[in-house]
Amino acid sequence: MLEIKGLKVKLEEEDKQILKGVDLTVEAGKVHAIMGPNGSGKSTLSYVLSGRDGYEVTGGSATLDGEDLLELEPEERAALGLFLAFQYPVEIPGVGNMTFLRTAVNAQRKARGQEEMSATEFLKVIREKAKTLKIDADMLKRPVNVGFSGGEKKRNEILQMAMLEPKMCILDETDSGLDVDAMKLVADGVNALRDAGRGFLVITHYQRLLDHIKPDVVHIMADGRIVKTGGPELALEVENNGYADILAEVAA
Amino acid sequence: MSAQVQSKRAQLKEAKLAATAERLEGQSLPAGGKWASAARADALSRLRAMGLPGRRDEYWKYTRPDTLTQAEAPAAAVFANDEAPVFGEIDRVKIVFVDGVFSAEESDALDLAGVEIERLTDAGGKDIHWAKDIYGVLEARGQDPVERPLAAYNTAFASDGVVIRVTGKAEKPVSLIYRHESESSDAVLHHVIKLEEGADLTLLENGPAAARFNKVLEVELADGAAFHHVRAQGRDHERRAVTHIFARLGREATFKSFTLTVNGKLTRNECVIEFTGDEAVAHVAGACLGDGDFVHDDTVFITHDAEDCESRQVFKKVLRNGATGVFQGKILVKPGAQRTDGYQKSQSLLLDDDSQFLAKPELEIYADDVACSHGSTSGAIDEEALFYLRSRGVPSPEATDLLTLAFLAEAVEEVEDARLAEEITGRLEGWLTRRRD
Ligand SMILES: Nc1ncnc2c1ncn2[C@@H]1O[C@H](COP(=O)(O)OP(=O)(O)O)[C@@H](O)[C@H]1O
Ligand SMILES: [Mg+2]
Repeated sequence: MLEIKGLKVKLEEEDKQILKGVDLTVEAGKVHAIMGPNGSGKSTLSYVLSGRDGYEVTGGSATLDGEDLLELEPEERAALGLFLAFQYPVEIPGVGNMTFLRTAVNAQRKARGQEEMSATEFLKVIREKAKTLKIDADMLKRPVNVGFSGGEKKRNEILQMAMLEPKMCILDETDSGLDVDAMKLVADGVNALRDAGRGFLVITHYQRLLDHIKPDVVHIMADGRIVKTGGPELALEVENNGYADILAEVAA
Repeated sequence: MSAQVQSKRAQLKEAKLAATAERLEGQSLPAGGKWASAARADALSRLRAMGLPGRRDEYWKYTRPDTLTQAEAPAAAVFANDEAPVFGEIDRVKIVFVDGVFSAEESDALDLAGVEIERLTDAGGKDIHWAKDIYGVLEARGQDPVERPLAAYNTAFASDGVVIRVTGKAEKPVSLIYRHESESSDAVLHHVIKLEEGADLTLLENGPAAARFNKVLEVELADGAAFHHVRAQGRDHERRAVTHIFARLGREATFKSFTLTVNGKLTRNECVIEFTGDEAVAHVAGACLGDGDFVHDDTVFITHDAEDCESRQVFKKVLRNGATGVFQGKILVKPGAQRTDGYQKSQSLLLDDDSQFLAKPELEIYADDVACSHGSTSGAIDEEALFYLRSRGVPSPEATDLLTLAFLAEAVEEVEDARLAEEITGRLEGWLTRRRD
């Protein structure tokens, strides 16, 4: 589904190489996790895949179901089924959460040549999904992420994912800043979306989240590269011994 | 001031007065008024003593007044559009002016319970009339400490307008509709509104009015009166307008005015508010959208001369393709105006590098127990927010429009009536949609 080959990325404004050749394939129905020390390039990878400005691809490719992602505008990637749950969700004063979501859902439908969702249908669906994520009516009415707590912002990301039903979901440190209960809610939200047609790339710092969202494959990223790939046991190894051992082993 | 500077100033002033005298030569005051004729003559002598505004005037530093003062109105094409009329869905008493002339055929009957509406030309010809105590009177008070010669010009030469006295709660809005039909029309209208104790009126205004439009609105609010004003300055691209609102508020009165401005080569909206009774509230807000050859100037002067009053100014401007926005806003708190709450915010959203926003926010405070704040900013679309929206599938032009509307929302929120606010938002959306890349 998501196929990344030799992806090299530098900052547009600076002569700084951040991704130094990333290879990664996520198959439909699978959950892949990326772990790695701070600054290793995990967020950069997620931003480059979703089309954020400020980066220059200097080599390699990234495709979603065979379509070249890197050629597309961010909104086109979204319509194709790519979704990024942001590490730092953006606050947008003056734009109501509900208006935002309805605009997004219908824009994607329009781009795919599908019929727009009616206001009533949309309301029905969003109420249902919001409820399972414990997002109340007030949060739906408020401006996007404005005045939301860290945990509320992350739940709001998952709500968007649930409404947009993307086929490839990237979650960037969705667990950071969450207490155990909130993490459980988020994980349940993600697990509810797991199915044979959908791929997940879960970026996390900690094993914690992976107790709730069981990965099929775990990658370790360091200094702009995937340095080791394994099964769920790799995450446990990181949890117990930190990154030092793995990095030393790779360097050797 | 050195003697040299002083004499230079005197020379400039003399030249300005001479130019004004020349400009006014042969222009006679409208005939047929009784008390109105006296008020006009007074205004004319005030005007002759001040002189018409010129480029060197501090108060016209950012906006060139020449096209507003020159003898002939610069021609302005009539802009045809097939949009539904503004406020068309609102039940209201319609009063129509075509190129600045009242049109009885197109207007509704001037009947509304608790409201007396007369044409200025009728009221002005009577021996005694309540409007005598307001017409040109609030304008004259508003000439100090800053001169507003184009308002004095208006009082002198206004050929039409309405005078409205409100004694109760008006059950529907009075709606002034300004149609523009002639390419060279030069309209001068003057309206007077008096709200008696506890009275309540909503006034709507819309339309491009004329090639050039000079309008004064004087509003006197007695104790406990409420005045809501929503105005949509029309879409004709070449029109020019200078407008003044002069309002005087009694105790516990409420004054709320919102203006939407789109298009037009030049618009200068001045608003002069004076608090004379305690615990009154005045909000003035505006949203403007300018594209290309467009100058929009909001000039506001609020004088707090009573205790526990609240004033609030919220002005938002969206500018693109070299459009210019100007804001001059002042809050003056006089000695003894304790517990004044004054708020002023003026912001512009510049959609490209060619557009500009010039702002001069001022506070002048002579009381010690007050809370006043002002903030003026100018910025571009928030790239982070734009990317966030696009990453959810909202195409860039739509996302930009959504953020633009969000920027304007704080000003539109000043419109209390939900249906009127919706009408304004709809117009904003329409304007943006028509310009999508
Ligand atoms: N826009 C940027 N400007 C400057 N440095 C950046 C930018 N984006 C990423 N970096 C740098 O790139 C490296 C990788 O960052 P990031 O992708 O955020 O790592 P991670 O998510 O793994 O913590 C870091 O050294 C970071 O400082
Ligand atoms: Mg990160």
